[in-house]
Amino acid sequence: MPSEARTLRERLPAIGTLGPVIALAIASAFFATQHERFLTGANVSLILQQVMVVGTIAIGQTLVILTAGVDLSCGMVMALGGIVMAKVAGTLGLPVPLAIAAGVGVTTCFGLLNGILVTRVKLPPFIVTLGTLNIAFAITQLSSDAQTITDVPPSLVALGNAFTLGGTEVVYGVVVMLAAYLLAAFILRETAAGRHVYAVGNNPEAARLAGIDTARVLLGVYAIAGACYGLAALLAVARTGVGDPNAGQTDNLDAITAVVLGGTSLFGGRGVVWGSLVGALIVGTFRNGLTLMGVSSVYQILITGILVILAVATDQFSRHGGR
Amino acid sequence: MGDALVMQGRGLVKRFGHVTALDGTDFDLRAGEILAVIGDNGAGKSSLIKVLSGALIPDAGALSLDGERVYFRTPMDARRAGIETVYQDLAVAPAMTIAENLYLGREVRRPGVLGSVFRVLDKARMREEAERHMRALQIGIRTMTQAVETLSGGQRQGVAVARSVAFARHVVIMDEPTAALGVKEGTMVLDLIRRVRERGLSVVLISHNMPHVFEVADRIHVARLGRRAAVLNPRAISMSDTVAVMTGALSPELLPTEVLA
Ligand SMILES: Nc1ncnc2c1ncn2[C@@H]1O[C@H](COP(=O)(O)OP(=O)(O)OP(=O)(O)O)[C@@H](O)[C@H]1O
Ligand SMILES: [Mg+2]
Repeated sequence: MPSEARTLRERLPAIGTLGPVIALAIASAFFATQHERFLTGANVSLILQQVMVVGTIAIGQTLVILTAGVDLSCGMVMALGGIVMAKVAGTLGLPVPLAIAAGVGVTTCFGLLNGILVTRVKLPPFIVTLGTLNIAFAITQLSSDAQTITDVPPSLVALGNAFTLGGTEVVYGVVVMLAAYLLAAFILRETAAGRHVYAVGNNPEAARLAGIDTARVLLGVYAIAGACYGLAALLAVARTGVGDPNAGQTDNLDAITAVVLGGTSLFGGRGVVWGSLVGALIVGTFRNGLTLMGVSSVYQILITGILVILAVATDQFSRHGGR
Repeated sequence: MGDALVMQGRGLVKRFGHVTALDGTDFDLRAGEILAVIGDNGAGKSSLIKVLSGALIPDAGALSLDGERVYFRTPMDARRAGIETVYQDLAVAPAMTIAENLYLGREVRRPGVLGSVFRVLDKARMREEAERHMRALQIGIRTMTQAVETLSGGQRQGVAVARSVAFARHVVIMDEPTAALGVKEGTMVLDLIRRVRERGLSVVLISHNMPHVFEVADRIHVARLGRRAAVLNPRAISMSDTVAVMTGALSPELLPTEVLA
């Protein structure tokens, strides 16, 4: 009897992580009945393209939320990274690798700044990243004169190209996103650094007493999150073909929505990074499906809002018994 | 057992602003004994064990381990010296597994390049070792991949004790390990404490529970007003006299020498 109880308990987290997948399957089935084009290879490929930027941002956001923090600056920092890349490669005409390094460097520095303010100045992540959100937005607008940068070299947007796989077009950027998920999942599951992220989010005092340098873990998490936004910036530039100062405005909240829909707890210490990909796909599926059905974008925003509240409520009730 | 001193504290002082938590207290811990530390609220018990475990740096006084002066600046310093602490709130990560909690901060990596370059954890090895430790202490949990939050209070205490025993080479300090437990689980933890002693480790047990103290302790260190009022022999003194010394109702000078330890 006790062994049976154990196996059931052990299966519980697996069921918990399956929830988002089931939600995605139900949403897909629904939209498939609403529109014959929904489940075609071309449309699935489109959804993946639409999701690759948010999905990549969501990797960084997952790390931050696992530590019981939140990064409101993600989308704006991503937009700044894109402008830096487009400016360095396009306007300044410098080599593309340098432009990419500069963009990722800037977003990583923003992550580091968030991390320093959270760990050294001990400000709440919500307030810190609300501040850096605005700072990143202002710098983006100022450095681009609020103009879209269109003269970008083709090699900077190469990840927007596609190859065909079984008759379906797959954009290289999607492969990059999946590779980033694979790497993040590996680090979180299989290395001490990854487990320490969970420990710091689950019980920071216990982590400290276990000899873990919690400030260093947090600093690393915010910096790596910044680097993820840099990678997302590269994908965004590749997808749109331009440096867009107004990019990232919906991605900002969509990334948080994706993480929470993916089953990662806002209380920290619980969740898997793959869930965030599923969460991003749920958001993308709703956006895409509702567009196919001709529902106006205002309703799409309304539904995303309802989705995130549902996800947070589920989190609250399952962890804290609704108290 | 013998009377060899494992730890010795002399004239330990710790002040917090105007409050003197430790007022020159002495401390002696013998090899392989269970030393209970008792005292009224505010007597300085927690401050004392925090000094022993490196969580507090004393303002004055000397601490030695196996006859050598030691200066602990962090809990890690004390752990490296073979002193492990089971904190009152257990300090576990509830969502993480038993094996992960046992090895938190001391993870074992895979042998070869996988471990040294890719820093991959040896989860199987940590699971097996965790199982071995839990079995040795007769803590009845077999699945090391179970989250700690799914365990009962006594079992959680067992995990925290197993973690400290797995790594302690000299001393295990336990702060109120039976306080939050029911009768049955409390008894289970007392058995556990005895088994820790059987492994040749010294145990410092902070407790408010006199029956528990009298059941397992070899000697009783009575803390009072930041000092050591007396060290008593639980086999020679009554529980009520012990409480009287603790509260100051009975002066330790009036005690017959055979009750002192
Ligand atoms: N961090 C601190 N800051 C200020 N005062 C403190 C601090 N820690 C302890 N004290 C004070 O030092 C004195 C001794 O405290 P300590 O916690 O060591 O006592 P205790 O014997 O463990 O008491 P209890 O039985 O209540 O746990 C108390 O007066 C307490 O208020
Ligand atoms: Mg105390």
